[in-house]
Amino acid sequence: MNKKRLSYILMGEAGMGIILLLLCIVFAVFGRNFATPGNMTNILTQISINTAIAVGMTFVILLGGIDLSVGSVLSLCTVLAGLVITNDGMPVWLRIVLAVFAGLGGGMACGLFNGLVSETWKIPAFVVTLGMLNMARGAVLLISDSRTIFNFPRAFNTLGSQAPWGVPLIFIFSLVIVFFGYVVLRFTIYGRMIYAIGNNEEAVRLSGHNTKFHKVAAYVICGAAVGIAAILYMLRLNIASPILGNGFELNAIAAAVIGGTSMSGGKGSPIGTLIGAAIMGVLNNGLLLIGMGDFARQIVTGFIIVLAVVLDTYRAKLSRMLD
Amino acid sequence: MSEYVVEMEHVDKRFPGVHALDDVSFQLRPGEVMALLGENGAGKSTLMKVLGGVYQRDAGTVRVFDREVGDLTPKLAQELGIAMIHQELNMCTQLSVAENIFLGRELARNGLLSNREMHRRSREVLDRLKIDIDPDTVVGDISVSKQQMVEIAKALQANAKILIMDEPTSALTAKEIEDLFAIIRLLRSEGHGIVYISHRLEELQHIVDRVTIMRDGKFICAMDYADATMDMIIENMVGREIKEKFPHVECGRGRKLFEVRHLNAGRMVRDINFELYEGEIVGIAGLMGAGRTEITRAIFGVDPSASGEITLEGKPVRIVKAEDAIRSGIVLAPEDRKRDGLCTKLSVRENIALPNLDLLCNAAGVVNRRRESEMVRKTIAGFSVKLTGPEMIAGNLSGGNQQKVVVGKWLARDSKVVIFDEPTRGIDVAAKVEIYHLMNRLKRNGIGVLFVSSEMPEVLGMADRIIVVCDGRITGVFPRSEATQTKVLEYAMKFENKSDRLEVAGR
Repeated sequence: MNKKRLSYILMGEAGMGIILLLLCIVFAVFGRNFATPGNMTNILTQISINTAIAVGMTFVILLGGIDLSVGSVLSLCTVLAGLVITNDGMPVWLRIVLAVFAGLGGGMACGLFNGLVSETWKIPAFVVTLGMLNMARGAVLLISDSRTIFNFPRAFNTLGSQAPWGVPLIFIFSLVIVFFGYVVLRFTIYGRMIYAIGNNEEAVRLSGHNTKFHKVAAYVICGAAVGIAAILYMLRLNIASPILGNGFELNAIAAAVIGGTSMSGGKGSPIGTLIGAAIMGVLNNGLLLIGMGDFARQIVTGFIIVLAVVLDTYRAKLSRMLD
Repeated sequence: MSEYVVEMEHVDKRFPGVHALDDVSFQLRPGEVMALLGENGAGKSTLMKVLGGVYQRDAGTVRVFDREVGDLTPKLAQELGIAMIHQELNMCTQLSVAENIFLGRELARNGLLSNREMHRRSREVLDRLKIDIDPDTVVGDISVSKQQMVEIAKALQANAKILIMDEPTSALTAKEIEDLFAIIRLLRSEGHGIVYISHRLEELQHIVDRVTIMRDGKFICAMDYADATMDMIIENMVGREIKEKFPHVECGRGRKLFEVRHLNAGRMVRDINFELYEGEIVGIAGLMGAGRTEITRAIFGVDPSASGEITLEGKPVRIVKAEDAIRSGIVLAPEDRKRDGLCTKLSVRENIALPNLDLLCNAAGVVNRRRESEMVRKTIAGFSVKLTGPEMIAGNLSGGNQQKVVVGKWLARDSKVVIFDEPTRGIDVAAKVEIYHLMNRLKRNGIGVLFVSSEMPEVLGMADRIIVVCDGRITGVFPRSEATQTKVLEYAMKFENKSDRLEVAGR
């Protein structure tokens, strides 16, 4: 194995795993209370929602696309689910089940719109999803009458605060999504098609495949992930609000890219995305514990996102050099 | 049962402005290698793309294995057993060899991919072709020749009986060509029908059984290779009717204007030497990918040149970037006018002023409108550009008038040498004639014109001297009086003989 190859691997998932470990060690040494079970539970809770969204985002980025609408779609999904779950006319279990479907359905519908519009008229996903960002925000403000919804059933709220063995339930849910994404991408024909399209769409088309279907489906999957993330959000904070979710798209894209997903498509995995989300979570938490203020932390995390994209271009360069 | 696996009859295909295939017939037998030959634009690739389902034919019948087929799609063609090995390889470079071999036909059980089975079968087909690659290797990590073999393996795995290879050897070394030929012979002995598109006539002897020759979108002839001689083949490939009349003018050679010595830049520009005199048009002819455009780019300083000297009016000039070339008076009218030559959404005035802003601005960087209008007026009048006014949007001009603006904006600053790269591509006959007149006008005004074109008739018709290039080298230089289509084509196909040392086995 030569040097270039090694540095290439280090810039991928494995390297990011090492960076995550190093970050943890540094914060454990310098940050008081970082390496405590309570704080670990904290971090896992904090990264759950971003992880769930970022897995959906990974599907879309693997195709060479992007979804900027996830933040406001998430907000829309919470309000849809919130309206269902606070509907007193039904038994609690039914309300919860229907709320999950409402969140999922809202997310998937938005994803379907994004995918269909950008694929049918060959419009850059950037533009379509930017439009959706605004449409979903407007829709959620309209539906909710710009009010926050709370007073969820107690059973729901209790469920959200569960943390068996210190692992928050909502993190377990997001792990399930990571696992699901991993299986689909790694072991199914559909997953293979996603990588192949992101690599060379023309080759897939010449192999006699309907690339449009596969691409639209990826946006729907992303929307579904956002819908689930919305339910996780409600479990965590017990509110549904038309003003939440600002900037979530950036965090999700950053998690995917830091985790080794290439912005130009064709390369990456949900496992890497999980690591990327963890790096961002640990940084946020650790910097706080070593005494950095909110504003300064925002500068640092913003800078990390830029750094990740720069790193991505280096990865591409390195892989070309290896050819 | 017919003796042919593919029979195409009276196939017709038109693209806007081009009759690409005109009543073409083509037959292929099982177990033979058929060379499909013809000049640039003869319709070889178009014909094969019709067979591969990339293009739909407008008329004609296609029979594959005695079955008449209607509209072909890439998928249908695959199912019929037709596989194209594309010239620009269509692979997913970040996926593995096995993943590429099964691309679009993945094996799965219960919705989950059977990776191990696909690996095993990839191994099998690679072994059968005696290709030594691990199916788990990422395709981007292997050489182009190996990628090509993976494409062949992919075709066989898809049960292809008919393989179409478009210029398969152009990027290969001698050893790699040998390996490829071994595979082709193996496939032939197994009864596959193979179509082999190539310009490299000297390679044909090693593998080809029959040849089909096309010219101007028409079928010319088909014969056994054993009955053919090189002369016969070249004779049939050229003989293009020269439909247009070229307005060539005689000016008499003036002093030496421009000289290029030992110019080298990468694989496609090797030891280029030529000179250009006042009052002459020098044509550069060659096949697709011969290095014509690369030579002009190296002269113009867009691509870095490794070595070489350029002299302009007796004085050496140093060109490392396009700006140097422009400053010293060498300008390029690029091949893609709309992309590289013009800002199509700006007005003619703005386009003409753009490269000359340094002459039009005062010290504070403000454009002097009076000087600008003066320059624009002179250029428009000097080239008789037909437009409604200087504020007309450049993109709305006709092709010929656009070209006049491209050249005109450069000549507004006393340029001495103008390089035209494919100036007539994709424009109608009237506009072509305007561009010919434009070149003549420059020539009469003592400006050196370098005229690069893949249309052999127009080079022969307009140039005073013709430089023929092949594989990035100059293979021949002919004065106008001595140049014929046959001769130019012969020299355009003087490839370095990579397959010389191959034994002439297998035929």
